[in-house]
Amino acid sequence: MKILIVDDFSTMRRIIKNLLRDLGYTNTMEADDGLTALPMLKGGDFDFLVTDWNMPGMQGIELLKEVRADDSLASLPVLMVTAEQKREQIVEAAEAGVNGYIVKPFTAQTLKEKIDKIFERINGGA
Amino acid sequence: MTDDKKNSSEYVDDDVLEHAEDMVRALQEGNDRQATELLAYISQARETGLYNEVGKMTRQLHDSMNAFCEDTRIDELAEDEIPDARSRLKYVIEMTQKSADRSLTAVENTMPKCDALSGRISELGEAWQNFKRREMSVEQFRELSAKLETFFVDAEQDTSSIRSGLNEIMMAQDFQDLTGQIITRVIELVEEVEGNLIELVRLTGSKMTNDNEKPKEDAIKAEGPQVPGVGKDNVVSGQDEVDDLLSSLGF
Repeated sequence: MKILIVDDFSTMRRIIKNLLRDLGYTNTMEADDGLTALPMLKGGDFDFLVTDWNMPGMQGIELLKEVRADDSLASLPVLMVTAEQKREQIVEAAEAGVNGYIVKPFTAQTLKEKIDKIFERINGGA
Repeated sequence: MTDDKKNSSEYVDDDVLEHAEDMVRALQEGNDRQATELLAYISQARETGLYNEVGKMTRQLHDSMNAFCEDTRIDELAEDEIPDARSRLKYVIEMTQKSADRSLTAVENTMPKCDALSGRISELGEAWQNFKRREMSVEQFRELSAKLETFFVDAEQDTSSIRSGLNEIMMAQDFQDLTGQIITRVIELVEEVEGNLIELVRLTGSKMTNDNEKPKEDAIKAEGPQVPGVGKDNVVSGQDEVDDLLSSLGF
């Protein structure tokens, strides 16, 4: 499974990358904001997107909306991993079609649970 | 009534009261001319007192404004200390970034050693169980014994390298002392600037709060991590609340 990790802080990308590797997902790529992520997604045959919210350039919520608006990406599962924790924001992300929402700081266990849940749902629904 | 008595409003009031009583008496006695003169005197006294007060206040304001403008500390704050604080805070970002990278590199180097070690341990453990069940040929036992011998040597090396990885992670935490000191200094600076701003607001006589003119907040604007004690009420307090909110939305 090919996963794109989008976060403007390289440290956070590395942490997520290492956690994903521990969970058995070794095929990961990184982008530092929505603007660099979007072309990668369009040409990259990704199976899963993990994105931050607050980034320069294009923010995660905009990236999510762009993904849902693109025919070839519309069904891509998206997990948001972010420090944004206002109720309005979580509702906004849900309405924009996010598949999971994790608030930072988070644990390896939370990441595993949310990813398992997302794929359980997708595989169950398919 | 002497002029210097009028300098204090208390005396002016006494003086005015006295003249007012005289004026009432003059009116009662039908002495209109004297009453008019007294009335004129009273209003002039009042005005002089008022002008004196306004004059005094103007001078005070002028002096404080001048003192405020001539306060070189404020120049220092604007010209040196705030840019200085900016570079200090940038340095904090740099240091924490370096420390995170250093820790992550150590983790990434150490993790495969743990995995390899634990793989070999379970392999050897299995072989050892076979030996105990006497399911092992002499040839296999020789092999196991040789493997064990190299394992002991490797394990010693690997654990010492894992130890140094952990040590590296520990040492990477040395930033905290320094960033703590830098941030404390910046907080002190912010407090000083805050004090000066309050003084300025007081001098110019502006109202301290004006809720009506606050721009409306964008409810979904990204604002980064919430800081404990800098509270907002529409914020979830952790993953559990996020999950509750999402499940209430049918997730």
